Amino acid sequence: MTLASSSPLQAPAATGSADALLEVRNVAKRFGAREVLKHISLEIASGEFLTLLGESGSGKTTLLRLIAGFEQPSSGEIWMSGERLDTLPPYKRRVNTVFQNYALFPHLTVQENVSYGLQVSGAAKAEIPGRVAEALLMVKMQEFAASRPTKLSGGQQQRVALARALVNRPKLLLLDEPLSALDANLRKQMQGELKSLQRELGITFLFVTHDQDEAMTLSDRIALLKDGALEQVASPREIYAHPATSYTAQFIGQTNLLRAEVRSGVVTWGSLQWKAAQPDGRVIFSLRPEAIHLAAGSSSASDAVRFRARVQQQIFSGSSEHLELDLAGQLLRARIPTRGSLSGEHDFWFTAADAVAVRE
Amino acid sequence: MYSRAYKAIVSLPPILWVGLFLLLPYALMFAHSFWMVREGMIVHQWNLQNYAKLFQNPVYLEVLFRTMRIAAGVTLLSLLLGYPLAYYMSFHAGARKDLLYQLVIVPLWVSYLVRGYAWKTILGSEGVLNGFLQYIHVTREPLSFFLYSPFAVVLMLTHIYTPFVFLPLYASLEHIPRNLVEASQDLGGGSRATFLRVILPLSLPGLLAGATFAFVLTLGDFLAPLLVGGPSSIMIANIVQSLFGTAYDWPLGAAISVSILLLTISLLFLTERLEKRWSFR
Repeated sequence: MTLASSSPLQAPAATGSADALLEVRNVAKRFGAREVLKHISLEIASGEFLTLLGESGSGKTTLLRLIAGFEQPSSGEIWMSGERLDTLPPYKRRVNTVFQNYALFPHLTVQENVSYGLQVSGAAKAEIPGRVAEALLMVKMQEFAASRPTKLSGGQQQRVALARALVNRPKLLLLDEPLSALDANLRKQMQGELKSLQRELGITFLFVTHDQDEAMTLSDRIALLKDGALEQVASPREIYAHPATSYTAQFIGQTNLLRAEVRSGVVTWGSLQWKAAQPDGRVIFSLRPEAIHLAAGSSSASDAVRFRARVQQQIFSGSSEHLELDLAGQLLRARIPTRGSLSGEHDFWFTAADAVAVRE
Repeated sequence: MYSRAYKAIVSLPPILWVGLFLLLPYALMFAHSFWMVREGMIVHQWNLQNYAKLFQNPVYLEVLFRTMRIAAGVTLLSLLLGYPLAYYMSFHAGARKDLLYQLVIVPLWVSYLVRGYAWKTILGSEGVLNGFLQYIHVTREPLSFFLYSPFAVVLMLTHIYTPFVFLPLYASLEHIPRNLVEASQDLGGGSRATFLRVILPLSLPGLLAGATFAFVLTLGDFLAPLLVGGPSSIMIANIVQSLFGTAYDWPLGAAISVSILLLTISLLFLTERLEKRWSFR
């Protein structure tokens, strides 16, 4: 893309928010006729843990590869610390990657794998052993220094890959679904370790995953991608409480999408009505299952929306019960604290403020 | 799972094959190498004089060393041709990969003899090369040293064996996971470092297999010296051929054959060990 065709909004080169480490400016990527990324703009603050979340084929890995330098954007620019990044070859970028299948060099030992980056980028020879030992200590792999990666378990390979990527002290670490090959327990443990490592080192992490739980647990902010476009970029709490679109509401956590009609500030959905400051017309509301409560006697909130529904199905899951409610033919999912078996019709309520208007 | 009769029946053909066409001939060759020729007849008298002759008569060792020099030359040249080709095809050819692959394979379908004669027509004093050189006035008289020299043998065998070197090399390059190349670049390795530290070491098993092909096949070649080599480039297999033919000294021929066989086997053994050591999957 030439300067002339880039948007005037982005004009002065080195600006942007003061602490933005990485700026993705209006980046698009096509493979032949297939448009994989559609004009993505994204800023990552220094020291931030940002997760690119999306289904497979949403373009998240492609965006990562553009930042790493393995692919070139079809249009748009990528900047890091006030420098143009997308015109540099991968080996000149102060960005390192933890690959999905670790991509450890099979012909080198753990120690040689970790020192690789220092050797090829011309670090002072005397400095190398110390920094390698430091990196291995950081991921608790010092005792495996002489092993070959093929002899290690998945979790151990993961640690080596992390040490190898961190030894060059990158400004930005890219992680491409690094935990997807690990079993559930190890995964949880590695999530915790990743998070504390990131806090300790203060390195900016750009993490790619398709697992929304993982994204919620780890991230300072989540960038949700759908079909090559950004749906929403926000903190986990924000994105959960105020999803911008119906897709976001469904992808992050569970939700009920209520397709309602608004007329002069009054929402009508089936037999239910409540007040909301929305323009007239059709509006979709997202109502989280846990926002629906079982009415116990005379209930509390003043803007409570009350309704009576039949419990169609009840699934016990330890601390909570998942209910499927039948409200005059409409299905509603609710999650309530454990409370024994329910059947037949019961009274329920939710707060009008918990029904969040979302775009299609 | 399978009955004994079934096992016996299916293993019979390979056993017969190996026995009749491999073990028996080798046994005969081995036995002959310890016999001798007296008054134009092979006498079944066990002795070591054939092996002694190998070391006493300098001609044999000289020819053997020449053969190994030619084999080394062919190996080196076909690696120099085959590696860049395989590297380019594996990493940069893109959509042309399949077409190029076919183009490398096609010469293998052409008879060895036809290709030998083709080189004769190219290199000869009335040949294409001399004609061209005279036409562009580089030379006035036809040059005779192109043909009938060790150079011509190396040239022809390099042409013939380069595909054999290429194939295992290409296979090993194709097997290198591409994310290793990306990992190297990601860690700061330019093209040179990535090639020397990642691609080359990981392609060593293929390189070794290809080199072994070229070396061993050249070691046993006798047609190239006959077609384009001339007397100055007689190779060890030519000597064996003449000992079994016109010279009628089968025992000496067998002794030389056994020596070459031992040389080849130890070479294969060595490269196999190295290949195992250098493969990491």
